[in-house]
Amino acid sequence: MKFSRREALGLALGGVAVTMLPVPALAAATEDAIAAFTGGAAAGTGGITLTAPEIAENGNTVPVSVDAPGAVAIMLLAAGNPTPAVCTFNFGPAAGSQMASTRIRLSKTQDVIAVAKMADGSFVQASSTVKVTIGGCGG
Amino acid sequence: MAENVKPRVKVPSKAAAGEVVTLKTLISHPMESGQRKDKDGNLIPRSIINRFTCEFNGVSVVDVTLEPAISTNPYIEFDAKVDASGEFKFTWYDDDGSVYEDAKPIEVA
Repeated sequence: MKFSRREALGLALGGVAVTMLPVPALAAATEDAIAAFTGGAAAGTGGITLTAPEIAENGNTVPVSVDAPGAVAIMLLAAGNPTPAVCTFNFGPAAGSQMASTRIRLSKTQDVIAVAKMADGSFVQASSTVKVTIGGCGG
Repeated sequence: MAENVKPRVKVPSKAAAGEVVTLKTLISHPMESGQRKDKDGNLIPRSIINRFTCEFNGVSVVDVTLEPAISTNPYIEFDAKVDASGEFKFTWYDDDGSVYEDAKPIEVA
Protein backbone atom coordinates (compact mmCIF):
# COMPACT_ATOMS: atom_id res chain seq x y z
CA MET A 1 0.00 0.00 0.00
CA LYS A 2 1.40 3.32 -1.07
CA PHE A 3 0.49 6.78 0.07
CA SER A 4 0.93 9.92 -1.92
CA ARG A 5 2.31 12.84 0.02
CA ARG A 6 -1.14 14.44 0.15
CA GLU A 7 -2.79 11.30 1.57
CA ALA A 8 -0.04 10.80 4.14
CA LEU A 9 -0.46 14.37 5.35
CA GLY A 10 -4.23 13.91 5.60
CA LEU A 11 -3.81 10.73 7.63
CA ALA A 12 -1.35 12.42 9.99
CA LEU A 13 -3.74 15.32 10.57
CA GLY A 14 -6.60 12.90 11.20
CA GLY A 15 -4.47 11.10 13.78
CA VAL A 16 -3.75 14.35 15.57
CA ALA A 17 -7.45 15.25 15.61
CA VAL A 18 -8.37 11.86 17.11
CA THR A 19 -5.76 12.04 19.88
CA MET A 20 -6.92 15.54 20.81
CA LEU A 21 -10.57 14.49 21.20
CA PRO A 22 -10.55 13.37 24.86
CA VAL A 23 -9.25 16.73 26.09
CA PRO A 24 -12.29 18.84 25.08
CA ALA A 25 -14.56 16.09 26.44
CA LEU A 26 -12.96 16.38 29.90
CA ALA A 27 -13.01 20.16 29.80
CA ALA A 28 -16.72 20.02 28.99
CA ALA A 29 -17.42 17.98 32.15
CA THR A 30 -15.60 20.60 34.21
CA GLU A 31 -17.44 23.47 32.51
CA ASP A 32 -20.75 21.70 33.08
CA ALA A 33 -19.94 21.35 36.78
CA ILE A 34 -19.04 25.04 37.01
CA ALA A 35 -22.18 26.04 35.10
CA ALA A 36 -24.33 23.90 37.42
CA PHE A 37 -22.81 25.72 40.39
CA THR A 38 -23.00 29.25 39.01
CA GLY A 39 -26.25 28.82 37.11
CA GLY A 40 -24.49 29.92 33.94
CA ALA A 41 -23.22 33.23 35.33
CA ALA A 42 -19.69 34.17 34.34
CA ALA A 43 -17.11 33.93 37.13
CA GLY A 44 -14.75 36.83 37.71
CA THR A 45 -11.31 36.73 39.25
CA GLY A 46 -9.79 38.13 42.43
CA GLY A 47 -11.04 37.85 45.99
CA ILE A 48 -10.30 34.15 46.13
CA THR A 49 -7.05 32.43 47.02
CA LEU A 50 -6.40 28.80 46.20
CA THR A 51 -3.31 27.30 47.80
CA ALA A 52 -2.07 24.04 46.33
CA PRO A 53 1.43 22.58 46.00
CA GLU A 54 3.23 23.08 42.70
CA ILE A 55 4.41 19.46 42.70
CA ALA A 56 2.59 16.67 44.52
CA GLU A 57 4.61 13.47 44.80
CA ASN A 58 1.62 11.43 45.87
CA GLY A 59 -1.64 12.14 44.10
CA ASN A 60 -3.55 10.32 46.85
CA THR A 61 -3.25 13.13 49.36
CA VAL A 62 -2.73 16.60 47.98
CA PRO A 63 -3.27 19.30 50.60
CA VAL A 64 -5.25 22.26 49.26
CA SER A 65 -6.73 25.24 50.99
CA VAL A 66 -9.04 27.90 49.72
CA ASP A 67 -9.84 31.29 51.13
CA ALA A 68 -12.55 33.60 49.79
CA PRO A 69 -13.60 36.35 52.22
CA GLY A 70 -17.30 37.05 51.88
CA ALA A 71 -18.16 33.80 50.15
CA VAL A 72 -21.21 31.74 51.04
CA ALA A 73 -20.05 28.61 49.21
CA ILE A 74 -16.86 27.40 47.57
CA MET A 75 -16.66 24.53 45.11
CA LEU A 76 -13.41 22.70 44.34
CA LEU A 77 -12.85 20.94 41.03
CA ALA A 78 -10.06 18.83 39.60
CA ALA A 79 -10.27 19.19 35.82
CA GLY A 80 -8.26 16.06 35.00
CA ASN A 81 -9.95 13.57 37.35
CA PRO A 82 -12.43 10.93 36.08
CA THR A 83 -15.12 13.00 37.79
CA PRO A 84 -14.15 16.66 38.19
CA ALA A 85 -16.14 17.45 41.36
CA VAL A 86 -14.05 17.38 44.54
CA CYS A 87 -16.09 19.02 47.27
CA THR A 88 -18.30 21.99 48.09
CA PHE A 89 -18.05 24.02 51.28
CA ASN A 90 -21.17 25.87 52.39
CA PHE A 91 -20.43 28.38 55.13
CA GLY A 92 -23.02 29.01 57.83
CA PRO A 93 -23.58 32.04 60.06
CA ALA A 94 -21.19 30.73 62.74
CA ALA A 95 -18.24 30.42 60.34
CA GLY A 96 -15.28 32.50 61.49
CA SER A 97 -13.85 33.02 58.03
CA GLN A 98 -14.52 31.66 54.58
CA MET A 99 -11.41 29.51 54.64
CA ALA A 100 -11.14 25.74 54.48
CA SER A 101 -8.42 23.15 53.97
CA THR A 102 -8.65 19.53 53.01
CA ARG A 103 -6.73 16.78 51.24
CA ILE A 104 -7.73 15.64 47.78
CA ARG A 105 -6.94 12.96 45.22
CA LEU A 106 -5.53 13.89 41.81
CA SER A 107 -5.23 11.27 39.08
CA LYS A 108 -2.56 13.12 37.07
CA THR A 109 -0.96 16.50 36.48
CA GLN A 110 -3.83 18.93 36.11
CA ASP A 111 -5.51 22.19 37.09
CA VAL A 112 -7.32 22.49 40.39
CA ILE A 113 -10.13 25.04 40.18
CA ALA A 114 -11.97 26.81 42.98
CA VAL A 115 -15.21 28.71 42.36
CA ALA A 116 -16.71 30.83 45.10
CA LYS A 117 -20.23 32.14 45.35
CA MET A 118 -20.20 35.54 47.00
CA ALA A 119 -22.87 36.90 49.33
CA ASP A 120 -24.07 39.31 46.59
CA GLY A 121 -24.63 36.43 44.17
CA SER A 122 -21.56 36.99 42.02
CA PHE A 123 -18.95 34.31 41.38
CA VAL A 124 -15.18 34.34 41.40
CA GLN A 125 -12.80 31.65 40.33
CA ALA A 126 -9.14 30.75 40.77
CA SER A 127 -7.06 27.87 39.49
CA SER A 128 -3.70 26.33 40.17
CA THR A 129 -1.73 23.72 38.25
CA VAL A 130 -0.45 20.78 40.28
CA LYS A 131 2.17 18.40 38.90
CA VAL A 132 1.45 14.87 40.10
CA THR A 133 4.24 12.27 40.20
CA ILE A 134 2.13 9.25 41.19
CA GLY A 135 -1.58 9.38 40.37
CA GLY A 136 -4.13 8.81 43.09
CA CYS A 137 -7.03 6.95 41.54
CA GLY A 138 -5.76 3.37 41.71
CA GLY A 139 -5.76 1.12 38.69
CA MET B 1 -20.44 -0.40 56.73
CA ALA B 2 -16.91 0.82 56.76
CA GLU B 3 -14.96 -0.56 59.68
CA ASN B 4 -12.94 1.19 62.34
CA VAL B 5 -14.42 4.57 61.60
CA LYS B 6 -13.09 6.90 64.25
CA PRO B 7 -13.71 10.63 64.22
CA ARG B 8 -11.05 12.90 65.68
CA VAL B 9 -11.57 16.58 66.32
CA LYS B 10 -9.32 19.29 67.61
CA VAL B 11 -11.06 22.23 69.27
CA PRO B 12 -9.38 24.72 71.62
CA SER B 13 -10.78 24.37 75.15
CA LYS B 14 -10.97 28.11 75.81
CA ALA B 15 -11.51 31.21 73.70
CA ALA B 16 -12.23 34.90 74.13
CA ALA B 17 -15.71 36.15 73.20
CA GLY B 18 -15.94 36.85 69.48
CA GLU B 19 -12.68 35.05 68.79
CA VAL B 20 -12.20 33.10 65.57
CA VAL B 21 -10.95 29.61 66.33
CA THR B 22 -9.60 27.03 63.91
CA LEU B 23 -11.16 23.58 64.06
CA LYS B 24 -9.44 20.51 62.66
CA THR B 25 -11.33 17.32 61.96
CA LEU B 26 -10.23 13.95 60.71
CA ILE B 27 -12.18 10.73 60.39
CA SER B 28 -10.61 7.38 59.59
CA HIS B 29 -12.48 6.05 56.58
CA PRO B 30 -11.28 4.23 53.44
CA MET B 31 -13.19 6.59 51.06
CA GLU B 32 -13.37 3.91 48.37
CA SER B 33 -13.67 5.98 45.19
CA GLY B 34 -15.46 3.47 42.97
CA GLN B 35 -12.64 3.79 40.41
CA ARG B 36 -10.35 1.11 41.77
CA LYS B 37 -10.36 -2.55 40.78
CA ASP B 38 -9.58 -5.57 42.92
CA LYS B 39 -7.03 -8.18 41.83
CA ASP B 40 -9.65 -10.01 39.74
CA GLY B 41 -10.44 -6.88 37.77
CA ASN B 42 -13.81 -6.23 39.39
CA LEU B 43 -14.68 -2.69 40.24
CA ILE B 44 -14.74 -2.04 43.99
CA PRO B 45 -18.02 -0.25 44.73
CA ARG B 46 -17.94 3.33 45.90
CA SER B 47 -18.13 3.80 49.67
CA ILE B 48 -17.39 7.29 50.90
CA ILE B 49 -18.49 9.89 53.38
CA ASN B 50 -20.59 12.20 51.25
CA ARG B 51 -21.40 14.99 53.69
CA PHE B 52 -19.88 16.63 56.74
CA THR B 53 -21.49 19.27 58.90
CA CYS B 54 -20.41 21.28 61.90
CA GLU B 55 -22.77 23.21 64.14
CA PHE B 56 -22.10 25.50 67.08
CA ASN B 57 -25.02 25.68 69.53
CA GLY B 58 -27.32 24.64 66.69
CA VAL B 59 -26.03 27.28 64.24
CA SER B 60 -24.34 25.98 61.11
CA VAL B 61 -20.61 26.62 60.82
CA VAL B 62 -19.91 24.66 57.69
CA ASP B 63 -21.69 22.09 55.55
CA VAL B 64 -19.39 20.24 53.17
CA THR B 65 -20.36 18.00 50.27
CA LEU B 66 -17.64 15.43 49.67
CA GLU B 67 -16.99 13.57 46.42
CA PRO B 68 -14.80 10.54 45.70
CA ALA B 69 -11.86 12.88 45.00
CA ILE B 70 -11.42 13.47 48.75
CA SER B 71 -8.51 11.50 50.19
CA THR B 72 -8.70 8.50 52.49
CA ASN B 73 -9.28 9.61 56.11
CA PRO B 74 -10.89 12.91 55.12
CA TYR B 75 -9.32 15.88 56.85
CA ILE B 76 -11.15 19.18 56.99
CA GLU B 77 -9.95 22.38 58.60
CA PHE B 78 -12.05 25.52 58.96
CA ASP B 79 -12.71 28.51 61.21
CA ALA B 80 -15.57 29.27 63.55
CA LYS B 81 -16.52 32.41 65.43
CA VAL B 82 -17.26 31.88 69.10
CA ASP B 83 -19.50 34.39 70.88
CA ALA B 84 -20.46 32.35 73.94
CA SER B 85 -19.63 29.08 75.64
CA GLY B 86 -21.18 26.12 73.95
CA GLU B 87 -20.68 22.94 72.08
CA PHE B 88 -19.48 22.12 68.59
CA LYS B 89 -21.32 19.21 67.03
CA PHE B 90 -19.68 17.37 64.16
CA THR B 91 -21.57 14.96 61.92
CA TRP B 92 -20.33 12.75 59.09
CA TYR B 93 -22.76 11.01 56.71
CA ASP B 94 -21.67 7.74 55.10
CA ASP B 95 -22.85 6.45 51.71
CA ASP B 96 -24.27 3.38 53.48
CA GLY B 97 -26.52 5.52 55.67
CA SER B 98 -24.35 5.43 58.79
CA VAL B 99 -23.96 8.68 60.67
CA TYR B 100 -20.90 9.35 62.79
CA GLU B 101 -21.01 12.05 65.43
CA ASP B 102 -18.67 13.83 67.77
CA ALA B 103 -19.06 16.85 70.04
CA LYS B 104 -16.60 19.14 71.77
CA PRO B 105 -17.35 21.89 74.28
CA ILE B 106 -15.65 25.27 74.28
CA GLU B 107 -15.52 27.75 77.15
CA VAL B 108 -15.58 31.49 76.64
CA ALA B 109 -13.66 33.33 79.34
